[in-house]
Amino acid sequence: MTRDPDHLLPTREPVRLIDATGEPTGLAGVAMPPDDALLRAYAALVAGRRLNDQAYALVRQGRLAVYPSSHGQEACQVAAAQVLDDGDWLFPTYRDTVAAVTRGVDPVGVLTLLKGDWHSGYDPYEKNVAPQTTPLATQLPHAVGVAHAATLRGEPTVVMALCGDGGTSEGDFHEALNFAAVFQAPVVFFIQNNEYAISVPLARQSAAPSLAHKGVGYGMPGVRVDGNDVAALLAVLGSAVARARAGEGPQLVEAHTYRMQAHTNADDAGRYRSDDEVAAWTDRDPITRLSAYLSNRGLLSSSDREAFAEAAERLAEVTRDGINRDVTPDPADLFAHVYASPTPQLREQQALLADELARES
Amino acid sequence: MTHEKLSMAQALNRALHDEMAADPTVLMFGEDVGPLGGVFRITDGLTATFGEQRCFDTPLAESGIVGMAVGLAMNGMRPVVEMQFDAFAYPAFEQVISHVAKMRNRTRGRVALPMVIRVPYAGGIGGVEHHCDSSEAYYAHTPGLHVVAPSHPSDAYALLRASIASPDPVVFLEPKKLYFVKDEVDTTEEQPPIGTAVVRREGTDATLIAYGPSVPVALEAAAVAAQEGRSLQVVDLRSIVPFDDETVCAAVRSTGRAVVVAEASGFASVSSEIVARVTERCFHSLAAPIRRVTGFDIPFPPPKLEHFQLPGVDRILDAVDDLQWEYP
Ligand SMILES: Cc1ncc(C[n+]2csc(CCOP(=O)(O)OP(=O)(O)O)c2C)c(N)n1
Ligand SMILES: [Mg+2]
Repeated sequence: MTRDPDHLLPTREPVRLIDATGEPTGLAGVAMPPDDALLRAYAALVAGRRLNDQAYALVRQGRLAVYPSSHGQEACQVAAAQVLDDGDWLFPTYRDTVAAVTRGVDPVGVLTLLKGDWHSGYDPYEKNVAPQTTPLATQLPHAVGVAHAATLRGEPTVVMALCGDGGTSEGDFHEALNFAAVFQAPVVFFIQNNEYAISVPLARQSAAPSLAHKGVGYGMPGVRVDGNDVAALLAVLGSAVARARAGEGPQLVEAHTYRMQAHTNADDAGRYRSDDEVAAWTDRDPITRLSAYLSNRGLLSSSDREAFAEAAERLAEVTRDGINRDVTPDPADLFAHVYASPTPQLREQQALLADELARES
Repeated sequence: MTHEKLSMAQALNRALHDEMAADPTVLMFGEDVGPLGGVFRITDGLTATFGEQRCFDTPLAESGIVGMAVGLAMNGMRPVVEMQFDAFAYPAFEQVISHVAKMRNRTRGRVALPMVIRVPYAGGIGGVEHHCDSSEAYYAHTPGLHVVAPSHPSDAYALLRASIASPDPVVFLEPKKLYFVKDEVDTTEEQPPIGTAVVRREGTDATLIAYGPSVPVALEAAAVAAQEGRSLQVVDLRSIVPFDDETVCAAVRSTGRAVVVAEASGFASVSSEIVARVTERCFHSLAAPIRRVTGFDIPFPPPKLEHFQLPGVDRILDAVDDLQWEYP
C-alpha cells in the first residue's frame, strides 16, 4: 500500500490508445488489448448502440416510462462489463442498461424498471449484477460491503461500482471511497463523466483538477481515461481489476465521455447546451473509432460486420418483443416481498384488496 | 391582474417570484433549479430575472443543500431549497432532523431558521421507484418543523409566500400529480396562515378529511356520493403541522362521521394522528369509529401497479358505507 501521492495522482492527459481517427496513439506504458478482446468489444458496442436506440424508440411508443440512454457512452458500458470475471460483481446505475446487458443480464429484465412491471426485473445473484440504483451514489457503499465480504471469505471477487459525474458530489461517494481505501476493499470505482448531471455542467459539481484527483485524498490511485476509446478503457479498467484482485486495494477511474442525448426523453437539453457542443462529440464516437482501427488493420471483415449487426438486431428484437408483451400485474406481488413472510396486517390488507377486486369484476 | 387561471406549478413559480422581488434575502437553490428552471419548471425564469446570486444550481448533494441553507438562514438569508423528488430528500435527513428542526430549541430561541424545503412529493404520475414517496410522516413526526401540503393552486401560492415569510422552517410538500392542474388564483387575497384547514365542500352526512394529492380524490368521491343521495363534507388540511384541530373537529362534530383519506401508508402515519386526535376530541359526537383510506403498508409500487395503492373513489365510498349508518 503506497501513500506516495506521486503514485496516486492521475496523469495530466486521459489515457488514450486509439485516437479519434482510429490510429494508435503509441502511448508508452499501457499495452493495447489483444485483438480478440477488441473484436469482442466491437460486437458489444454495436449491440449496445442498437439497444440504446431500441429502448429510446420504445419510450416514444409508450412502452417504457422513460429511458436514460448511454448513447455515446457505450465504450464505458462495454468495458466495465468485459473486464470482469464471472464471479465478480457489477453495480450499475439507471444509465447502465448496456453494461448490465453486456454482462449477460436479460435486456427485458434490465428494462423492467422502466417498463414499470416491477422495480428490479432480474435476479442480482444470477450474473452478480446488483439492482440498478437511482438514488445517486448510494450503491457505492454497498459495493464496498460486497467486496469486503468476499475478502473475508478469501474469495478473489472484484466489484465494479459505477457512478456519474454528478453522483461524485453526494456524501455516499466520499464515504464509500474512504471505506474502500481503509479496508483495502477490491473495488473499482468507475465514474462516467459525461459532462452533465441533467442540466448541471461538471464545473458546478467540482473545482478539483479532475474527478480522478479525488482518489488521492482517500489514499487510492486515480486514473483518467478517454471514455470513448474502448481500448484504453479495457486496458485501464482491466489493470484496476487485476490490481484489486491481487489485494492491492481500490482504484478510482474517471472516463471522459459525453451524454449525446438528453438526460432522459423527458428532458429538454436545448435549455442548457448548444447543438454545436453536442456535434463536436459526434466526431469522437466510440464505435466509429474502433471500427476504423480494426478495419485499417484488417481485423474486421465485412462478414464480421454483418454478423455483429445481425446479432445486434436480434438483441433489439428480443428486447422489443419482451417489452411489448403485456404482463397482467398481480396485486398479490405487492404484499409478497415486503418481509420474509407478510405481517398479519399485510395479510389483512391483501385480503381487503382481493375482496375489492372480486367485487369490481 | 389579480384573478388568473394558473396551474399549481405556475402559482408556485409566481409565489417564488413575488417573494424574491419583495425581499432581497430570499434565495432559491438546489439541483437543476437554475437555467433549466427545475425538472418541474417551478423555478422557471428566476435565474434570468434575479440573477445567479439569487437562484442557482448547487453540486448534487442534498445534505449539502440543506446544510448550507441552515448556515445561510443563520446569517440573515431566507433560503428556499428544492429537493428534486420526495425520496431524493433522504440524504438530507440528518440535516433536517438534527439541525433544521432543532436549532431554535437548542439555542433557547436565539437562532431562528427561516427556510423552506420544497419537496415535489407523492404518486399518481406513473413514476418509477424513488419518485413517488409520501414522506410527510417523517417530517410531521419531527418537532420543530412546519409541514404543509397544498391541494389547490391558490393555496400553493399563498402558503408558499407564508412559508417563506415564516420565522420557522417549513417543509413544503408539493403534490406532483397536481402540478399542472389549473384553477383560479387570487394573488391579492390575504394569505391563509400556516395552520389553517379549510372546508372545501359542505356536507351533512359525513366528513372526508384529506390533504395534498388526496383532496381532489375526496372531492370526486363527494360528488359521486351526492348523486347517490349522501352528502359528504370535505376538509382540506392544507397544513399538517401546525394542525388545525378547531376546523377539523368542528367539521366532524357537525356530521358525526368521518373518513381520513391519504396516499401514504397508514401505519404510524399522519392519518393515524388525525384519527387519534379527532377521536380524543369528538368521541361523544361520533356515530361510528373514524375510518381511514390510505396506501397499503408497502413500498410504493411500480407504475403498472400504482393504481392498486392510491386511494380511489370506490375505496372511499366503501369506507363511508361502513360508518354504521342507521337505515329506517
Ligand atoms: C440522491 C438523488 N438526488 C437526486 C436525484 C435526481 N437525479 C437523477 S439523475 C440526476 C443527475 C445525475 O447525474 P450524473 O451522476 O452525472 O449521472 P448521469 O445521469 O449523467 O449518468 C439527478 C439529479 C437522484 N436520482 N438521487
Ligand atoms: Mg453525468
